[in-house]
Formats: sequence, structure tokens, C-alpha cells
Amino acid sequence: MTAVPDLRTIAEIAPLVQTRKISPLDLVRACLTQIDARPDLNAFITRLDDAAMGEAREREREIESGHYRGALHGIPVAVKDLIDVAGTRTTSASAIPSPVAAADAPSVARLREWGAIIIGKTNLHEFAFGTTSEESAFGPVRNPHDPSRSAGGSSGGSAAALAAGMCFAALGTDTGGSIRIPSAACGTVGLKPTIGELDCDGIVPLSSSLDHLGPMTRSVRDAVLLFDVLGGHPLAPAGVSERATFAVPGPYFCDRIDPGAQAALERARDALRDAGHVVRDVEIAHAAWTPAVYLHIVLPEAAEYHAPLLERFADRYCPGVRLRLEMGRYLLAEDYARAMRLRRILTAEVDDALDECDALLLPALPIPAPPLGAATVEVAGATEPVRAVMLRLTQLFNVTGHPAVSLPAPHDVDRLPRGLQIVGRRHQTGRLLQVAELVERAVSADRSARC
Amino acid sequence: MTTRIDAWLDAAIADATRRGLPGLAPLLETMAKSTAALREADREAREAGESLPGQSRIAGPER
Repeated sequence: MTAVPDLRTIAEIAPLVQTRKISPLDLVRACLTQIDARPDLNAFITRLDDAAMGEAREREREIESGHYRGALHGIPVAVKDLIDVAGTRTTSASAIPSPVAAADAPSVARLREWGAIIIGKTNLHEFAFGTTSEESAFGPVRNPHDPSRSAGGSSGGSAAALAAGMCFAALGTDTGGSIRIPSAACGTVGLKPTIGELDCDGIVPLSSSLDHLGPMTRSVRDAVLLFDVLGGHPLAPAGVSERATFAVPGPYFCDRIDPGAQAALERARDALRDAGHVVRDVEIAHAAWTPAVYLHIVLPEAAEYHAPLLERFADRYCPGVRLRLEMGRYLLAEDYARAMRLRRILTAEVDDALDECDALLLPALPIPAPPLGAATVEVAGATEPVRAVMLRLTQLFNVTGHPAVSLPAPHDVDRLPRGLQIVGRRHQTGRLLQVAELVERAVSADRSARC
Repeated sequence: MTTRIDAWLDAAIADATRRGLPGLAPLLETMAKSTAALREADREAREAGESLPGQSRIAGPER
């Protein structure tokens, strides 16, 4: 008999755990059953079955003794295998020799402090340097909605695990879209907070000035729960109810998107308008600079970290990842400086676009999850490299540091998920999440009305 | 003096070939186009001076 995945949210499960209607052991067993049921997805690199069961027993004893730690108590959480979990190898999905972590990364320690159970470490694009999670020493991650397709990347294992009921939340990292892209491809929620907001210690870096840590969940409310715990903020009240103003950035962002992404965006616009919100258009004048600026920052910063590893283990990298890292070694310092100067202009332009609205509204991914092995994809009549297309709508907000969340966007074009991206003001990630809950509610109401 | 992109590309491809990385050549050629775009953006920004930030504006009717 095929096991049915438990796709409930943490917000739904937590009260049942607190009142002992469901035990942490039940939750861990349910997740392990799903991991066993879908080995084809290749979502995990390291399973922590025994440790997770032991932690579940301990969390259960705590509840029995009246010590309830909060909404994450007894909740199974997966961790991208770029992040240290004490006693496990941080492989970064690479064949390069990896150390056993002596301690948890601060983010993992904080999750444990609030009662979460680490169920395993998820597969990814090697060293987080790719958008498809195909280049991994542990094999490609497959999309639960269509295993012939990519789960997106680089946090592909985390998103696939969430979508397949193998965990209730996951940690990911995002340097150009690596949380939001797989979330869009797998139909889950992913938050990239404001740059610098969450502690990236204990995480293998890709690009020191572009890396972000963030939660991946099945609802915006769950993202709020994890963000509050990771940031050390008090647990937030439920979402606000008010009229918000959204701005859809048109040129560059919506010029070349597939019919599903277009339909999802239009449907979200209509749903928000029907719910009483305002949706307008906005132009970010120099958004087209983004790919060049991004490349001239990410490549040299990645090359700087990997230089000593390339000297010793070049042949053990996945070939495509190695070539991208090698390319970074050739870029000129003067062009890095130019990119950093243009970065400040782009940041000011996004700030400016947000001056007159609560959030930007745009697709997270211009295409559905691409087929595994595809080097190019056709979008709006043009053939483009998969990597460039997948990064196009997310990387600007790594360059500028604005918080952004991807959430599932209903559409009728096909059966593959699409993601809506909501972008907020810098250092107002909490406010962004409140606005994202409004969007989630509006598109859910629209979906219910159509069923 | 700014390093010319064509000179940079020639030197980079020669070095990559010497290091046994011929597969890098097409990536470097693509990168050269990106660097040209970056420098053009930089030139545009310098010519515009301080007036660039602030050009993003809400436009069009409410939908």
C-alpha cells in the first residue's frame, strides 16, 4: 500500500502535538515512511533516523512533563547539506572530502532549542552553485510532481522533501534564488530574508556578499514561525487584515515568461483585486543590468572561497560546477568594483519602487521545473540557457538584499507548480511575511471558488 | 587604464588552454559579453551621475 504523505502545516500540527493528540514519534515515523516511499526523488544525502527517533522520544517526555517549547516542539525539520549539523558530514553534495561538523550551525542549534527534530540532510546542487540540483555527487534531485523534471535548486532536496511529506519544514540557502527557485518548482513556500538578517555561520559559503539563509515550508504562516525562531524574535501574531498595495514590475521581469507563469500572475492580480487590494505596475529602470552585475559578484566571490580546494581537488568537482568556479578566477578586480557600484544603484531603484507600495508582485520562476538534462529551454519563442532563465527573476533581490518570498500560484495551464514572488522593503521581513499571508489567503480563496 | 575585454579574453583562453581546461573557452566568451554589458552599464551610470536612483516609478492605472 502506498503511504499517504502528511502535508499538513506546522500551524495545523502544533496544537495537536501540544495537546498530545499526535506525538512527535508519530510525526517522525510519518516522515521516515515518506522518505522510504520515494527513494527516486533522491531528496536526502544523510538520514538521521535513529537520532530523530531518540529526539522524538525526548520531546514526547517533555510534553508529558508539561514542558512545551512552542510551535516547533517535536516537528521534523530537514537541513540542506551545506549547513553544519553536529556529528554529520557537511558534504555540500560534493565528492570533495568533507569534515564531520563538531557543532550545529547557530541556525540548527536555534531550531533544536525550540524543540525541532532534525530528520536528515538534504541533497542540493553541488556547493549551491546551480539552479537544478542535477550536479550532485549523490545524483540529481527529482521533482515530486514529475520525476523526469528538476526540483529546482540549489536547495532542491529541501523543497522536494517538503512537497513529498518527508519533513514539515526545511532550511535552505539562497545566493541567486536557491530557496525561491526550488520552492516555485515544487509548489512550496520559501523565504529569503533581508541580507544579513539571519546568521550564516556554520554554512559553507558560495558568495560572501550574496548568501542568505532562510526557511522553506508549506505555508507562509509556517515560514513566519521558523523565521521568528531563527531570528530570535518573539513568535508573531497571526496575519494582518488590511488593504495592501502591490506593484508588478513589468519590463525585464515579465517580458519573457511562460504561459503558466503568466496565467498564475494574472490570476493572482485578479484575486488580490477581488479581495480589495490594489495592484499597479512599476518599472525598475535598470533591472536589465542585473545578470551582469550578479555574475561579476558571485563568480569572483565563489572563486575566492574555492581557490584552495580547486588546487587540491579540482577533479572531484562536478565538471560544470568546476568550470564556473574556474571562470571566477579570471575576472578582473576592476569589473568586480564596477559591479559593486552598480549594485548600489540597483538597490536604490528597488527601494524607490517600494516607496509607493507594500510589496512587489512577480513570478519567482519564468518557467515550470525544467526536464532533467536540459541545457536550454524555450521561453516566449526564444531559446535560452536554463541557468540564466531560472535566475532571471530572483537574483536582483540577492544583489539588493531585499526580502522576498515565493509561494504557490494556482493556474490552469498544466499540472506543474508555479511560484509567485513577493518582495518587501529591506529590514522589514516581518511586514513582508504579513503581506505574503494576504496574498496566500487571496489566491487560496480564488482557488476554492473555482473548485 | 582599463583592461580591454578582447585582450583579457585572449589571455584568459590561452591560460585556460595551457591548464588543460579547453571547456572554459566558450564560457569565457559568454563572460566577455557580460563584461561588455557591465561596462556599458557603468558608463551609462557615470554619465547620468547622481540622477539614476529614483527612476523607478509607479506607472499606469490601477488594475
